[in-house]
Amino acid sequence: MTTKGGVQYSKIAEIKGPLVVVDDVDNAAFDELVEIETTEGERRLGKVLEVGNGKAIVQVFEGTTGLSISGTSAKFVGKVMEMPVSKEVLGRVFDGLGRPKDGLPDPIADKFIDINGEPMNPEQREYPKDFIQTGVSVIDGLITLVRGQKLPIFSGSGMSHNLLAAQIARQASVVGTNDDFAVVFAAIGVQYSEAEYFRRSLEESGALKRSVLFLNTADDPAIERIITPRVALTVAEYLAFELGMHVLVILTDMTNYAEALREISAAREEVPGRKGYPGYLYTDLSTLYERAGKLNGRKGSVTQIPILSMPSDDITHPIPDLTGYITEGQIVVGRDLFRQGVYPPINILMSLSRLMKDGIGEGSTREDHAEVANQVYDAYSRAQEVRALAGIVGKAGLTEIDLKYMDVGDVFEKEFLTQATDENRTIEETLAILWKIVSKLPKNEITKIKDKYVDQYYQGE
Amino acid sequence: MTAQGRIVWVSGPAVRADGMSDAKMYETVSVGNSKLVGEVIRLTGDVAFIQVYESTSGLKPGEPVVGTGNPLSVLLGPGIIGQLYDGIQRPLKELSKASGSFIGRGITTTPVDMVKKYHFVPTASNGDEVLPGNVIGTVQETDLIEHSIMVPPNHPGGKISNLVSEGDYNLETELATVEKDGQNVPLKMYHRWPVRKPRPYLKRYDATVPLLTGQRVIDTFFPIAKGGTGSIPGAFGTGKTVTLHQIAKWADSQVVVYIGCGERGNEMTEVLVEFPHLKDPRSGKPLMDRTVLVANTSNMPVAAREASIYTGVTIAEYYRDMGKDVVLVADSTSRWAEALREMSGRLEEMPAEEGYPSYLASRLAEFYERAGRVRAAGSPDRDGSVTLIGAVSPSGGDFTEPVTTHTMRFIKTFWALDAKLAYSRHYPSINWMNSYSGYLGDIAKWWGENISEDWFSIRNEAYGILQREDTLKEIVKLLGPDALPDEEKLILEIARMVKIGLLQQNSFDDVDTYCSPEKQFKLLKLVVDFYKLGQQSLKEGTPLASIRELPVVTSLLKARMDIKDDEMPKLDKLENDMKEQFKNISGVKVTN
Repeated sequence: MTTKGGVQYSKIAEIKGPLVVVDDVDNAAFDELVEIETTEGERRLGKVLEVGNGKAIVQVFEGTTGLSISGTSAKFVGKVMEMPVSKEVLGRVFDGLGRPKDGLPDPIADKFIDINGEPMNPEQREYPKDFIQTGVSVIDGLITLVRGQKLPIFSGSGMSHNLLAAQIARQASVVGTNDDFAVVFAAIGVQYSEAEYFRRSLEESGALKRSVLFLNTADDPAIERIITPRVALTVAEYLAFELGMHVLVILTDMTNYAEALREISAAREEVPGRKGYPGYLYTDLSTLYERAGKLNGRKGSVTQIPILSMPSDDITHPIPDLTGYITEGQIVVGRDLFRQGVYPPINILMSLSRLMKDGIGEGSTREDHAEVANQVYDAYSRAQEVRALAGIVGKAGLTEIDLKYMDVGDVFEKEFLTQATDENRTIEETLAILWKIVSKLPKNEITKIKDKYVDQYYQGE
Repeated sequence: MTAQGRIVWVSGPAVRADGMSDAKMYETVSVGNSKLVGEVIRLTGDVAFIQVYESTSGLKPGEPVVGTGNPLSVLLGPGIIGQLYDGIQRPLKELSKASGSFIGRGITTTPVDMVKKYHFVPTASNGDEVLPGNVIGTVQETDLIEHSIMVPPNHPGGKISNLVSEGDYNLETELATVEKDGQNVPLKMYHRWPVRKPRPYLKRYDATVPLLTGQRVIDTFFPIAKGGTGSIPGAFGTGKTVTLHQIAKWADSQVVVYIGCGERGNEMTEVLVEFPHLKDPRSGKPLMDRTVLVANTSNMPVAAREASIYTGVTIAEYYRDMGKDVVLVADSTSRWAEALREMSGRLEEMPAEEGYPSYLASRLAEFYERAGRVRAAGSPDRDGSVTLIGAVSPSGGDFTEPVTTHTMRFIKTFWALDAKLAYSRHYPSINWMNSYSGYLGDIAKWWGENISEDWFSIRNEAYGILQREDTLKEIVKLLGPDALPDEEKLILEIARMVKIGLLQQNSFDDVDTYCSPEKQFKLLKLVVDFYKLGQQSLKEGTPLASIRELPVVTSLLKARMDIKDDEMPKLDKLENDMKEQFKNISGVKVTN
C-alpha cells in the first residue's frame, strides 16, 4: 500500500467509535483511502464512508484509541485501497490489512488491485460443475462441493468445524489433476490457536508454500476485519483469474466480520435491521461471497468455504440466515452428533449443496449417485422420525419396517458419517457405503432409485 | 431546459447535488465525470437527491450532474427476447465487450441491436386512421415470437402515409408517417416507455384460465391463473429458485420474463446455459426463444435492483399488448424491498416495521396490480395477460415479517415453502396445509371442460385425505400408530401415496420434471381409486397389511418417473393391475 502524495487535512471535528470526522475537506472522494497520522508520527489507515458539505466521515481500520482532536491529521491518498499482488504472495503470511507479518519485506508487486473488486458479469460466468473430491464421505456423497462454489460451514462455539475445514484444504489440494492449486486462508478475529492450527496443518501437508495467509486474530483491531476478507479475496481472484490457479478460500469466522460491520453502523447512527445489524448486511455479505466462481475463457477458479459460528446455534440468526440466502448451500455442524463424539458431526438434513446436481453423475462421479443420495436422505429422515416415535411408544411399539429404518440411522452415523481426520476416502468407497445403507431396506421401500441401478448395486435380500 | 448541477455529498449509492432546480422527480441524470446513471428521487430547494445505479466509489463533491429530461425508460422493440439485461436494460453481453469479465462503470449501450434487419410485413395500409395501440405490421423476432409493431400508447395517432412495403428493415427505419392536425410523426419499430408507469389497455378480464406449469402441486392443488398473482416465500434452501426455474421452463405462456433481483450470479448463468438447450414442450423450440432475463445480482449496485422489477414488468406488459400470455418471475422481491429500505435510510425517512419505509405496502400493491388478463388497446382485438410470481425471502424463515405479510395482501396464490419438508427432501417443499389458491373455483371450469368433469371433486377428495392425515398425525405423535383403527391407518397410507406419488416432483429427472395435465389427473385419480378400493376391501375383512403390500403400490409411487406423458396407456394398464390385485385379495379373511 503506497501512500505517496495526497492532500493533508488537520481539522478533525469529531472522533467517535471507529469514526473520525474531518472538517474543511474540499477534495475527497467516496471510498478513498485515508492515512491518519498522530502527533507521535504513528500512521493508521482508513477509508471515506461519506463525503460532502466540507466534511468527510472516515472509518479508521486500526481503531481510534489514542487519537486526539488537535493532534491528528488525515491525508487523503487519492485512490481507493489497493492490494499489491504477484506470484510471490504464495507461501507468505500477512496481517488483516495485507501487510507482511512474517518478517519478510513487501512482495514485489506485479500490479495493484482495488480490494473491493468489481462484480462478475453473470453473462461471463462459467457455470461451476467440476467435482472436487474432498475425501470426506458426507461431503462427497451428499453435499458435493464443486469448483467455483461458495459453500459455508455453519457451526457453533467449540465444535469441530476447523478440523473439517483443514481436512478439506489438505485433501482437496492433493487429489486430482496437475492443475495448479492454492489455498487462501483468512482468519477474521479468531483465537491465535485456531489460526496457528490451520498454519501448522497446511505446513504438515506440504501445502503451505502454495498458501497465502491473512491473519487478524482476536486481539487485533476489530474494524480491520472489514478489510481482511477483501484483501484475501483480491489475492484469490488474482491467483485464479490472472495466474490460472484453482484457489480454495477459507474465511473464518464470518460472525466476527458481521459484528465489525454492526459496530460501524451503530457509530454512524444508522437505522438498524434485525438484531442491530445494518439493513445492508445482505448486500455487504454478497460483495464477499459472490467473489467465488469461474469465468469464461479463464483457467482458474475461486471456491469459498466461509466458516461462521451461529450465535446460540440459531440458524435463523441474521448472519447464517443472510449467508444461506447468498451461498450455494450450507454444511451444518450438529450439536447432538458432536456431543455423541461423531466426527465430522454434520447434520445432513439441514445441509445442502445447490450445485451438487451438476457436479455429479455419469462422467464425473457415477450415474447412480444422485438417486442413491436421494434415497439415503429420505431414509435417514425416516430414521429420525422413527427414533422420535420410539421415544414415545418404546422400541416394542415399532413395526418391523420401522426397526429397519432405525438400523439405517445407526449404520449411517457409524459407518458413513464417522471418519478419521486423516482418512481420505475415494468417491467409489463413499458410494459403496451409501449402497450398503440402502441395502438395509427391503426393495419395495426404494422409491427414488431407478430399477436398473437397484438391479446393479443393491445387496439386500 | 435540462438541469446542470454539481455534487455536494456522496454516501454509497446516494448522492446529493445542488443547482438542480430544473430537475424533475424520477428524471434520469448523468452523475460525475464518469457519467454514471442515476435517478432523482427527492427535490428540496435546488438540491436533488439521486440514487445512482452504478458503484460510486471514487466519486467526489464538485463533479457535474446533468439531467436528461427523461424519466427512467426502457426501449421496446424487436430484439429483446433472448437477452440478458441488467436492472436498467443494459445488455450484459455488450457490457462485457466494453469491460471484460467484470462489470465496469459509465458504459452506454443500446438495449437491442439497432442495425439488425427484421422482415416487416405491413398489416395496415396508407390512408388508414390509426389510434394508439393499433398494429401496423409484424416482424418475426424469434422462431417462437411474432412481434407486432404497434402505434405507441403515447403517440397521438392519425392518418398513415409513406408506409413501407414488405421487406427487411432495421429499427431506425421510418416505417410510416402518421399525420394528425398537420403534424407528421414518424413510426419506427421501437419506442420508449417509462418503467414506473403501467402501460394502458382497454379493459380487464377475470382470470379464469389456469397457467399450466407441469408441476403437480401447483396445477392440481394450488393453481394460478393466467393474469394472476402468486407468491412463493421460503427460508433459504427450501427450493424457491428451483421452483421458479421450473415455472419459467414449463409454464404454457408465450413469453417469460425472469428477473434475478439481488440473487446469485450463478443462478442467472445457469438459466443462460440451460435454456438454449431445453425445448419448449409444446413447440419443440429452444426455451431461450421466448425468454428475457433481467439480472441485477446481489453484488451489483443496490439501486439498480430497485429498478429491475419495473424494467421487467414493463417489458412483460409490452408483449402482453401484442396479445401474448406473459409470465414474469421475480426472484426475490425481498431484495427489492431491501433496496427500498437502504435508499429510505439514506434519505433519513422515518422507518416503519423493521426499518422498511412506510410506503413498502403501497409499492408492493402497485407492482402486483400490473398483473392481469386484458383486452389490449387498439385494433385488431388482442387478449393478453401478465402473470406475476414473486419469491419472498423472509428473514429467518419467519412469515410474519413485513415483506411476506404485505405481499400476502396483494396476491391470490400463496405457495408456502417449508424448511421441515425440505430437510426431509420433500421437493417441491410447498406445504399443503399453509398454501392456498384463490383461483381454484375460477379455473375448475377449465379443467372440467378440457380434462375431466370429475377433476374438481377428485382433487378435493385427495386434498381432504391430506387434511385428515394432518389431524391423525397429531394422535400418532402422542399415542403411536397402533392407537388408530385400520380405516384411519389406511388414510395415513393413502396420504403417503399422495405425498410421494403426486406432491413430490423431481425437477432433475428427465421424465418427472414436467407432467402434462392429463397425466396429473390420471395419477390423481389412480390414488383416489386406490383409496376407495382399499376402503371396500377393509370392509370385506382384508387385513391392512395385504393392501399395503400390493405390488401396485410401488408402481403407483414410481409412475411419475417411470411413465412418460405420451405413454398414457401404461397408466390404464396400471389401473387394471390395481383392480385385479384388489380382486385377488378381497374375500381373504383373517385367520387367527
